[in-house]
Amino acid sequence: MPALNNKQTAVNREKATMTGGVCHPPSSRDPRVRKSRPPTARAGVLLGLVLGLALFGLVGPPRAALAAGATPIVHGAIDTPHDSTADHTAYEELTGPFTDGPSVTAACLHCHTNAAKQLHQTTHWTWHYDNARTGQAGLGKRNVVNNFCISIESNWPRCTSCHIGYGWEDASFDHGSETAVDCLVCHDTTGTYTKPATLAGHPDPALDLAEVARNVGPTSRATCGACHFNGGGEDGVKHGDLDTSLIQPDFALDVHMDANGLNFQCATCHTTGGHQVTGSRYAPTAIDPVGIDVPGHTDQTRATCESCHGQTPHERRSKLNDHTDRVACQTCHIPAFARGARMTKVRWDWSTAGRMTADGKPFHEEGAHGYTTYTSKKGDFVWGADVPPDYRWFNGTIRYTKPGDTIDPDGVVVLNAVEGAADDPDSRIWPFKVMHSRQPYDAGQSVLALPHVFGKDDTAFWTNFDWPKALTAGMAAQPVPFSGAHDFVDTETYWPITHMVAPKEEALSCNECHAGNGRLADLTGFYMPGRDTFPWLTTVGWGLAGLTLLGTILHGLIRLAASIRARARRG
Amino acid sequence: MPHRDRKECVMVFSRFERFWHWSQAALIITMMVTGFEVNGAYEWLGYERAAQWHRFAAWFLIGLWVFVLFWHAITGEWKQYIPTRRGIMAVVQYYTTGILDASVPHPYRKTRMAKHNPLQRLAYLAFNVLISPVIWISGLLYMFYNDWVRTGLEGPVTLGDVALVHTAAAFAMLVFFVGHVYLAAFAGKPFYAYLKAMLTGYDLLYVDPNDPHAPGRRPPDRCG
Repeated sequence: MPALNNKQTAVNREKATMTGGVCHPPSSRDPRVRKSRPPTARAGVLLGLVLGLALFGLVGPPRAALAAGATPIVHGAIDTPHDSTADHTAYEELTGPFTDGPSVTAACLHCHTNAAKQLHQTTHWTWHYDNARTGQAGLGKRNVVNNFCISIESNWPRCTSCHIGYGWEDASFDHGSETAVDCLVCHDTTGTYTKPATLAGHPDPALDLAEVARNVGPTSRATCGACHFNGGGEDGVKHGDLDTSLIQPDFALDVHMDANGLNFQCATCHTTGGHQVTGSRYAPTAIDPVGIDVPGHTDQTRATCESCHGQTPHERRSKLNDHTDRVACQTCHIPAFARGARMTKVRWDWSTAGRMTADGKPFHEEGAHGYTTYTSKKGDFVWGADVPPDYRWFNGTIRYTKPGDTIDPDGVVVLNAVEGAADDPDSRIWPFKVMHSRQPYDAGQSVLALPHVFGKDDTAFWTNFDWPKALTAGMAAQPVPFSGAHDFVDTETYWPITHMVAPKEEALSCNECHAGNGRLADLTGFYMPGRDTFPWLTTVGWGLAGLTLLGTILHGLIRLAASIRARARRG
Repeated sequence: MPHRDRKECVMVFSRFERFWHWSQAALIITMMVTGFEVNGAYEWLGYERAAQWHRFAAWFLIGLWVFVLFWHAITGEWKQYIPTRRGIMAVVQYYTTGILDASVPHPYRKTRMAKHNPLQRLAYLAFNVLISPVIWISGLLYMFYNDWVRTGLEGPVTLGDVALVHTAAAFAMLVFFVGHVYLAAFAGKPFYAYLKAMLTGYDLLYVDPNDPHAPGRRPPDRCG
């Protein structure tokens, strides 16, 4: 793409000028000045030698020398042409008309005989995850507790509108059904396929399913984003680094997904094989020691930055490569989340839900930014845009607070605690969106409370605004039934930030972290230049220097006085 | 006047020495200003530029020192720093009381071959064999922190330890600097006499009959 190339070249030129300015301190001009003065020629030669040696020292380290000979990389856009060997519009099986989703799937499976079997193995289908690393079994979307709408159990049809299946209406859904797999939600290229919010994953009945079926193709930011950009029930609510502004992003929002540039789709990095999509929210790769993936040397995924960029990607400023073992790429290259057109939800207070107007009606309020700040159904919200992330040591291990786990209601309950430490070599500093909420818990048993919120029955909170009823119904199928007493507890969830990669000019400067109250001020267990000092040494050091200075001043004053007196006596 | 007490205006700080001294001074000042900023004493250049200039200055200073060590070894000038106790108390006494009386001369008989008094020798020796090595070794460890693993250095020592030693040595350097600037620039007779000698190279010294060299001379009235 010419536009991108121009941009990149301009950037490189600017960078080169900057580096040039820094690399040549004024003193490097001195030899020339000296040469024009014969009497000091010898000193000039000497000076030149010294400076030469010192400069050799500067460029000596081999990594710095690499930068000099590097060939500029010309990026080309990855187009997504219809390079399929099959023209789906030509298939009789797809002429339709189709009465519902499963009948489309049946047609798909006619040729793609193993597709549903493959999908059945994925977390996209099971919403179930067993974490071998932590030994926590029974995780996954269908089981864990979050601090948005809290839990799926008892609220199926609303939540499963984002399932890649048809008809997950309750816990009895048959996960073995092949025709219940929704092919179109991922493979639609028309942009018309939608799954209404409350139909348990069934598509809009008004759709021409045959038209969609005849126009299937590779997944795209739009198809993945149909669910992932709308997590938490609304555009941009949940992740902070995923919202609909990534459907057609510009270079400033994401350098890789830039629709007029590299135009990466989700699957460009989240490589797939047998419908297994790489990259995980339950067991993320916090550090990728494999580096650049080439055949024979790969972990079968490009879902880490290192998969393409390696571990030493900084050519001009090689000092930055010294950071990549302890600092995730995202930490510097994603200076803020919610950098697109949408705000993200950063705080949710369920404890205020249920207030009514004077005439007993539920209501909602909007902030000046146009986003909902209160609804009777859900309580208070706080939204954020361009939010600087929180930073934590992270080794990829996440431990969940599961339904039935005892909690400390006086503290902040972290629902998905990210693990890692400075002295753990597998940990790196990662950016997170920390979602803060206040949500119901079972005060009788000190466990998280799972409300039944959605449904047209007399227990759903969004219909009846009655917590005890909603919690009794919501926890009926849980390990611990509701005790009858509820209260509210502060919770946090951690969302690793990895999308919306900014142009390199926007990456964090050294000073953002290497400062007394910089971005990493709260991280402990290691010494960081520019941030850390030894207070006792500072006191002793400056104290001694000050005393020395004071001593010399006193000495000087006494001498001055003695000299004045001597002169007066003589005079 | 006996030959022994004759003073002559001779070149005592050669062109190389003056170049070395003043460039070293400039580099050390640069390193202190940037180093103490990195240590969080104040905010001026910002961490990035302060650290960058600190590294640049360090490489220049290392380059300079390579030449200086070579020069000292070849010319034998390193002997100027051999410490002695002889006459040290007299110098201490001079700087505490004698200096207040204009009629009291400096007790040390400065010659070209032995141009530093016993106190100076001690101070410069401390600079050379204590402060400098500690600051260089800790500084290079600091700079090459990321290569510790490769060199097998990583283990009991942490970056914090290195930073602690480096900072402590930097404070020692600061104390030396303050004392040195006062004594060298303000404690002569007249007060700027030593400073002038370090700028022009010439000083009025006792003649050492054993001096094998024939240094440049100037008429005494144009000396210093």
